[in-house]
Amino acid sequence: MPSFVKNPKDFFCGLLLLAIAAIFAVGIFELPIGTAFRMGPGYFPLVLVILLAAFGVIIMINGLRTTGEPFGAIPWRGVALISLPVIFYGVTLKGLGIVPALVITVFVTTLASQRWSLTMALTSTAAIVVFSVAVFIYGLGLPLSLYGPWVGGY
Amino acid sequence: MDLLSNLGIGFEQALSATNLIYCFIGVLLGTIVGVLPGLGPVATIAMLLPITFGLPPVTALIMLAGIYYGAQYGGSTTAIMINLPGEPSSVVTAIDGYQLAKQGKAGLALFTSAVGSFFAGTVSTFLIAGFAPPLAEVALRFGPAEYFSLMVLGLAASVALAHGSLVKAIAMVLLGLLLGTVGQDLYTGTPRFNFGLSDLSDGVDFVALAMGIFGIGEIIRNLEDEKTRIPIVSRFRDLIPTKEDLKTIIAPILRGTAVGSMLGILPGGGAILGSFASYSIEKRISKHQEKFGKGAIEGVAAPESANNAGAQTSFIPMLTLGIPSNPVMAMMIGALIIQGIVPGPNVINERPQLFWGIVASMWIGNLMLLILNLPLIGIWVKLMMIPYRMLYPAIIAVCCIGVYSVGNNPFDVYTMAVFGIIGYVLVKLDCEPAPLLLGFVIGRMLEEYLRRAMLLSRGDPFVFVNFYERPISAVLMVVAIGALVIVLIPSVGKKREEAFREETK
Repeated sequence: MPSFVKNPKDFFCGLLLLAIAAIFAVGIFELPIGTAFRMGPGYFPLVLVILLAAFGVIIMINGLRTTGEPFGAIPWRGVALISLPVIFYGVTLKGLGIVPALVITVFVTTLASQRWSLTMALTSTAAIVVFSVAVFIYGLGLPLSLYGPWVGGY
Repeated sequence: MDLLSNLGIGFEQALSATNLIYCFIGVLLGTIVGVLPGLGPVATIAMLLPITFGLPPVTALIMLAGIYYGAQYGGSTTAIMINLPGEPSSVVTAIDGYQLAKQGKAGLALFTSAVGSFFAGTVSTFLIAGFAPPLAEVALRFGPAEYFSLMVLGLAASVALAHGSLVKAIAMVLLGLLLGTVGQDLYTGTPRFNFGLSDLSDGVDFVALAMGIFGIGEIIRNLEDEKTRIPIVSRFRDLIPTKEDLKTIIAPILRGTAVGSMLGILPGGGAILGSFASYSIEKRISKHQEKFGKGAIEGVAAPESANNAGAQTSFIPMLTLGIPSNPVMAMMIGALIIQGIVPGPNVINERPQLFWGIVASMWIGNLMLLILNLPLIGIWVKLMMIPYRMLYPAIIAVCCIGVYSVGNNPFDVYTMAVFGIIGYVLVKLDCEPAPLLLGFVIGRMLEEYLRRAMLLSRGDPFVFVNFYERPISAVLMVVAIGALVIVLIPSVGKKREEAFREETK
């Protein structure tokens, strides 16, 4: 971290907002702006992007002026072991069917906490999957197949 | 009497077998998530939104509303028994409630909070019945300029009342509004910001965004500082208070109800604000201030009444104006839109069954909660001992299944995961995600009213503050700007910081 960044939380918050504003600014190029009288599809977003960028700059400057705590270590393990199983579920649901997809998803997320024993993690996974299938598939009748084509189902 | 016949329509709706069952499910789930720290009503309502698609609108709203006010009851139990707020609005209850529990008076504290909540719930139900229709009458005369100003006021208030930095809160509103513009333009159908993804042509899915930020993001954050919850449950004896106790709690309950009801109606208000305000009022007017923090029953009675009153009166702006005053109301608006109902002043007149059914169900729900909470207290105490690690995989499972079922589209699952990470990052950078959700929900309406108002005024931006032609709009705008300016005044800013610091203690 460069020494002139006294408040990293604010500095990076401002930077993030500027980046988001820039992404949307690119999208606005394709849109007709129109006038204040007859606003086009790009008018309102353009105003928002300008304001967001302005606030991004203000917050970034705050990060240089004020002192604040560092944000500490990023818990990559937690972030990865929660978000990746969710994405896995989305990718494999149709192919695997809900039972295998959910078993793997739920089991991997239990690894995000360091307080599980393997048996407890497996038991809870089984309980959660049985409960979910009972409630959502049999109870509420969601149209999802239990086992998908990848594992010999339909 | 008009009011009575309307309430008659409402009770007829609310007392149907289906609605009674869903009301019960709502308040039961509300109590459970209220009791469980780390799981709040916003995440729960997000998880249940997909299930409500198949229900009639009135049934769906009755259940979702029950979750919100049910959580206010449940939150106090955890606060009193293990000194952990099950809900943010029970933070102040923990201060004196837990001290009472340590002195062996947990029964008294639980009784007070349940009865206070019930009384407040009853009063605020009638407040909604009395105030909502005339407010909707007024709102029917609103033009696009008034609506635009009203929404700006709602957003300004949510910013002024957000925790921490004001500039960050405004930035979050802007980010929410910007995310709301993704998808087809309302007037021309021009695709906007889909970045080559056809899945984004209908915009960012509301359920996926809410579940991501308030479900997945919360889990990542909670896992970061996983603490062992030490079960310091104190014993509680009989729930029946003495005559003297009753005398002490009546006035605080009345004051808490009044304060909570008023602050709940304000845009940006809700349950939390009222509980803090009423606690400090009780402390200030008390003859024995030294008892506060050491087990003053007034410190339980007032905030618990206030948070329930506020939770319910915050439905007034949502049901009459279609404007969400807090994230939970934003979820309710989302639920209405999903059901194909345009939120706004027309709801009362065009769908009296819906409006009065919800109002009547609130009173019935409060009655159920009173019965659920007092005799079954032992179950809730056991429930709050469930460690968080047993909960979060189940939350993830329900989120995954739920968000997919909205459109049978894996893209919604990815969106949820992405917003989970975004929500976590924002909280780490000290940005409150609540204003973002409000901005996102309001975004489309705000743009529509802005464009209509500017068309009508032939491009004159001063239409919103023109006191001669649009006095209501001008007043709303002035109040909105005033709210932000007041927070920026250094001395007030300091007070605001202090208030929030007290909250986190």
